[in-house]
Amino acid sequence: MSETGRHEDVPEKNLPGERDTAHGGAVEPADNPFADPGLPPHEHRIQDIDEQAAKRSERTVALLFTVSMLATIGFIASYVIFPVDKIVYVWPFGHVSALNFALGLTLGVALFCIGAGAVHWARTLMSDEEVADDRHPIEATPEVKAKVMEDFRQGAKESGFGRRKLIRNTMFGALAVVPLSGVVLLRDLGPLPEKKLRSTGWKKGVRLVNQSTNLPLRPEDIAVGSLTFAKPEGLEEDDEEFNTKIAKDALMLVRIQPQNIKDKQELDWSHEGIVAYSKICTHVGCPISLYEQQTHHVLCPCHQSTFDLSDGGRVIFGPAGHALPQLHITVKDGFLEAVSDFAEPVGPSFWERG
Amino acid sequence: MSNETSATTTRRGQAPRGERIADWADGRLGIYSLAKSNMRKIFPDHWSFMLGEICLYSFIIIILTGVYLTLFFHPSMAEVTYHGSYVPMHGIRMTQAFESTLDISFDVRGGLLIRQIHHWAALVFLGGMMVHMMRVFFTGAFRKPREVNWLFGFLLLVLGMFTGFTGYSLPDDLLSGTGVRFIEGVILAMPLVGSYLQMFIFGGEFPGHDIIPRFFTVHVLLLPGIMLGLLVAHLILVFYHKHTQFPGAGKTNKNVVGMPLLPVYMAKAGGFFFLVFGVISVIAAVASINPVWAIGPYRPDQVSTGAQPDWYMGFAEGLVRVMPGWEWDIWGHTINFGVLIPILIFPLVLVAIAVYPFVESWVTGDKREHHILDRPRNAPTRTGFGVAWLIAYLVMLIGGGNDLWATHFHLSINSITWFVRIAFFAGPVLGFIVTKRICLGLQRRDRDKVLHGRESGIIKRLPHGEFIEVHEPLNQEQLHTLTQHEQPKPFEIGPEVDENGVERKVKRSTKLRAKLSKGYYGEDNVIPKPTPEEYKEITSGHGHH
Repeated sequence: MSETGRHEDVPEKNLPGERDTAHGGAVEPADNPFADPGLPPHEHRIQDIDEQAAKRSERTVALLFTVSMLATIGFIASYVIFPVDKIVYVWPFGHVSALNFALGLTLGVALFCIGAGAVHWARTLMSDEEVADDRHPIEATPEVKAKVMEDFRQGAKESGFGRRKLIRNTMFGALAVVPLSGVVLLRDLGPLPEKKLRSTGWKKGVRLVNQSTNLPLRPEDIAVGSLTFAKPEGLEEDDEEFNTKIAKDALMLVRIQPQNIKDKQELDWSHEGIVAYSKICTHVGCPISLYEQQTHHVLCPCHQSTFDLSDGGRVIFGPAGHALPQLHITVKDGFLEAVSDFAEPVGPSFWERG
Repeated sequence: MSNETSATTTRRGQAPRGERIADWADGRLGIYSLAKSNMRKIFPDHWSFMLGEICLYSFIIIILTGVYLTLFFHPSMAEVTYHGSYVPMHGIRMTQAFESTLDISFDVRGGLLIRQIHHWAALVFLGGMMVHMMRVFFTGAFRKPREVNWLFGFLLLVLGMFTGFTGYSLPDDLLSGTGVRFIEGVILAMPLVGSYLQMFIFGGEFPGHDIIPRFFTVHVLLLPGIMLGLLVAHLILVFYHKHTQFPGAGKTNKNVVGMPLLPVYMAKAGGFFFLVFGVISVIAAVASINPVWAIGPYRPDQVSTGAQPDWYMGFAEGLVRVMPGWEWDIWGHTINFGVLIPILIFPLVLVAIAVYPFVESWVTGDKREHHILDRPRNAPTRTGFGVAWLIAYLVMLIGGGNDLWATHFHLSINSITWFVRIAFFAGPVLGFIVTKRICLGLQRRDRDKVLHGRESGIIKRLPHGEFIEVHEPLNQEQLHTLTQHEQPKPFEIGPEVDENGVERKVKRSTKLRAKLSKGYYGEDNVIPKPTPEEYKEITSGHGHH
């Protein structure tokens, strides 16, 4: 069929006729007012006809390249002159690093001027005459295709691939199985999950330690209207595994008037209105950090999941799927401590969470 | 042949040095044959054709600056106490990744500049790819023979997003660590395998000590390696197919009109690399990006408000933010739809645009090569779909920044979330309809212009007092440009019964295709372009103004 491709399943009448072919047009009937008039004549630029103007352009390009050279010298000078910690005030950017500012500007100018020079050169001095090049269909001609198909058939026949089914099938089998070695090798990327996601560092008798003072918390340390962050006693910031542990253990405490606690279990697990909740959002694990004193709502700043701490940590807005886990606490020897670990896994949910 | 060459060259002893080197290379690489078809290759000129160049150049800039950064960056999660030259951080525990990022910013001279160029170039790269893709989409440049190159470009966009994400996660600052935690939550939400994947990817429980070094390898080797290959393939195909061109006088489907690679595009495109690099350097000089020293090192129990991913991840973030928190417990297993559904929609939205060329070609049945670009108005359905897609994308971008919209415009976050939920479905439909109407309106205007000429703005009073506006007729070049596009008839199934009255079996997919084809080319979806006969009748008629 036509050179431009096969019209496989389209009736011929649904496709438009072939477009005018020759570049330069003018093949269509002369009385067609919409016919392609062909490439318009080239219009000369001032540089093409006026040597003076061309000289000016040449000087402009050379000037840009020279400015670029100067800027590179400026870059090296800035590198040497400005101390790395010098801060200067530059209007309107404010206080900026002198070195960063000078290096960036000089490098920017050095590069920009090379580009501007080259583009100006191309636009004013190089030929701007538009020319047409022929396109050729990407598809091979039927002869080429026939030759390739024949070669392939010949090659396939000589290999005996289709005839010797035993070889073919075992080869497919071998190729299918061998990547398993690679998969097996990935096993040691990490441990199995087992019950790791279900437990935290909290257990019976572990004291609650104030995150900001690093001292064990007493009930009187928890003021009404404030949000206190706690970690389990024994977990220190310079522990090698601190981040991994605090990612599950982080706790927040608020004091709510006991009569305002709506959830019975929450009341049972609290101490004089002090309730302890996991700080890790049940959506995707951001730490919750915003507390609304009047309503006892806490908000995760990442995706705005909002939980009601006076009602069992229930989700009241946002994409989180389940309530915040509460830690059962009590007081012993005047210090707050955990009665047990969280009753459910903290953080985002997972398949085995149940 | 060798006799001939030696005859011409021995006269003055030897050929010029450059030529001798070229001869040497040609004897081994065949460069003359390569140059024959490429050195004076014609490229058409249009401002929108440089969008792809911006992507190419910012990619090169990212590679250059990235290599520099690896000389100083330590991708390690070993904990250290900071004692460097940034005083406010003294004594603070952090990982070596964060510490070395501070060193690059405060101790290595020019390190901050390179870091900022690297990050800015990444934003430009992703933005450039989006806009470039839109250019290709709205002009129909993805049609045969360029569908494969469209897919290469699409893969570059997707890989670019993940390279960007793994890159901005490396400093292990409070913001990026929050992003990694988000990924952990997403992985955990995968049914059945979630917790296993999480353990394997992080080398244990979150955050562990492995994720930064692993992201580093992915960021500097795996993804850029694949992208480099795709990029080269993308460029080879651009050369092989020759560039598309906009319709105009002398431009046909079988030629390419423009200027030669040597010297014009060598200078223009080569120069443009320096322009892009220069502009990004200036931006990096004056606009700070990702100031990790102000954010602090990552700790899983701390977070800052207004946490945002880089813009290209914003739409995924939006999906996650506005999704209702549906979570089912079934037979002791938890399915977290609140996270799972957004994470499935995210690739689906991307795939929708990736497969579009194949859908369009199936609907229209057009299997011919296309090298003349469509004006978007002449393909109203495609343009409408593109706008609908963009609206869905932008709505989700708003959703991804819902907290910022709330704080900056004093809006309720709940209302924004509800707006986004509704607009994600309603917006694209509305956008599709409106865009299509606008396209048809523009087609009508083109038709008017062809038949009645251009409105000149000159008002003339006729002898009997009537005022008319003088219309200037278009020249042949303009007439051609406005009428050269095709207006195919829609695909029709044909009679349901054959000549013997026997009912034909028509596949359901065929029926759907006919319906969609009507949506593309049917009566209400296209304004018939003027025919030469109409034109002649009007222009030769009497009493017409």
